[in-house]
Amino acid sequence: MLPIIFILPVLQLVILSNAATYEIKNITFGYVDADNSSTSRGLIERFEASTYFNVSEKFSSQKDAYTAMQDGSVDVYLSIPTNFESDLQENQHNEIGVFIDAIDGSAAGVINVYATQIIRNYNNHIATDLIQVSDSVQQPSSIDSTPLFWYNETLNYKTFMVPGILVLLVTMITLFLSGMNIVREKEIGTLEQINVTPIKKYQFIIGKLFPFWVLGMGLLTVGLMLAKVIFNVPILGNLLLLYGYTSVYILVILGMGLFISNFTDTQQQAMFIAWFFIVIFILMSGLFTPIESMPKWAQILTEFNPIKYFVEIIRMVMLKGSGFTDIFPLAIKTLAYAIVMNGLAVWSYKKTT
Amino acid sequence: MMKAQNVIEVDNLSKLFGDFVAVNQISFHVKAGEIFGFLGANGAGKTTAMKMLIGISSPSSGKATVAGFDVYKQAESIKKNIGYMSQKFALYDDLTVKENITFFGGIYGLSKKQIDQKRCELVEELGLQEVTNSLVASLPLGWKQKLAFSVSLLHEPKIVFLDEPTGGVDPITRRQFWELIYKAAHNGTTIFVTTHYMDEAEYCDRVSIMVNGKIDALDTPKKLKEQYKTDTMNDVFLKLARG
Repeated sequence: MLPIIFILPVLQLVILSNAATYEIKNITFGYVDADNSSTSRGLIERFEASTYFNVSEKFSSQKDAYTAMQDGSVDVYLSIPTNFESDLQENQHNEIGVFIDAIDGSAAGVINVYATQIIRNYNNHIATDLIQVSDSVQQPSSIDSTPLFWYNETLNYKTFMVPGILVLLVTMITLFLSGMNIVREKEIGTLEQINVTPIKKYQFIIGKLFPFWVLGMGLLTVGLMLAKVIFNVPILGNLLLLYGYTSVYILVILGMGLFISNFTDTQQQAMFIAWFFIVIFILMSGLFTPIESMPKWAQILTEFNPIKYFVEIIRMVMLKGSGFTDIFPLAIKTLAYAIVMNGLAVWSYKKTT
Repeated sequence: MMKAQNVIEVDNLSKLFGDFVAVNQISFHVKAGEIFGFLGANGAGKTTAMKMLIGISSPSSGKATVAGFDVYKQAESIKKNIGYMSQKFALYDDLTVKENITFFGGIYGLSKKQIDQKRCELVEELGLQEVTNSLVASLPLGWKQKLAFSVSLLHEPKIVFLDEPTGGVDPITRRQFWELIYKAAHNGTTIFVTTHYMDEAEYCDRVSIMVNGKIDALDTPKKLKEQYKTDTMNDVFLKLARG
């Protein structure tokens, strides 16, 4: 069992970190070019040149393009109206249609940004051309912003994801194993034997916590090494601080697991409840979707999500090099959480039926 | 004088689960050093009654003391003074014989030296020299049961509670098991045992028979047989259980 406990998370870390990406690439792009002028072709060429878009085909009609989107063979298509070029020259204004498959809303948002960017750039380019042609006195002026990305300069999503996924692994393994632990002893019958001994409740709970605590710290170590060696994720902060925080964090999760274990009679029940919480915790941790864009009530709920604390802290310490004072407020919350959860675990463990 | 002392005293003890009366005002006492057979059909309330005596189930009403401690208020003190072997085999299958002994000895607060000494005695007595470092899961059931019994005696309890200790075990092993029981009783340990085997009931000093939550008969096997005018405990049991 022990090798499995270590090998599976390692596989997960490697697979998930490479697969779970925010970057949208290989967008299948189609177009309907009713104009077929040099200006419209120039725009299509811009899309062809982009690394994000794979130009699939030219549709002869709107209907064909619509059918292609319906069967999923195209993610986005551009509809260029007739007289695109001439209208542009006469009115200096025109409209084209961008149709995006928005089943995945966030992907659609990203596609929209990419497409708009290409179109805007092209627009600027031809606007300058047209102005030169019409010999206007007014030069276009525009404000350019140059973003500077701190803490993850290259916007490498792995730098962002790996620490987060590491948190998930440590959490999942320790929650499931501890959640099934006492209930397993209930099923086998050894718990009854233990209950007939004069063992103290806190002794029993500590005995149950300790092995999984060691396991959790071991997983963190393996995960950090992989993060460094395979993904080259920077570890700017103090490792000791990270370990210190994790040692408290794991207690929260273990207390939770033992609490679940005390309230259930079978491993299935315990598993079901543990899953319920872990799914909510993961989806509301800010790992996959930013907490800032959640509704207010959901943001308040995330305040009680331990995974959120850890995701935030591991990113702060590893990527920003945050120190003790930076993480202090969250660390105190985690400590309070640990005390409450383990208090509940000791309280709910009854030596009598 | 020690012989006359009661180590278990039960007075009108009841346990209710909602409207269902599992144990209905039972009263009895067990003397020190006695082998007390606690008989009854399945569902008669034996296990429930036993759980109240070993401090893992709170009675609904009535009084009971075990080893001089009250079952309501001093359950943890009772636990220090008793041994218990459950119906389910309850040593850790994934620990070795040696580890199980160390673990349970440790829970009862024995020193390392005491544990080592106890382990040597126990291993020799049960002939487990070959398997001390084997996982308990690999032992045959009969060996496991004998080991579990010996482990329940590690801390030299005043009373040991055995819940159907010989279920599913072959006759030879059962015989050996009872030899262990006799030996423990001879050393002054009180034995409180439930069983379905009526031949085992014959080995007991006194026997109580529970029917539908009540104790319908309580005496020595000899007197019970006289009272019900039969030759075997089996017939006594059948007469009572069938009502």
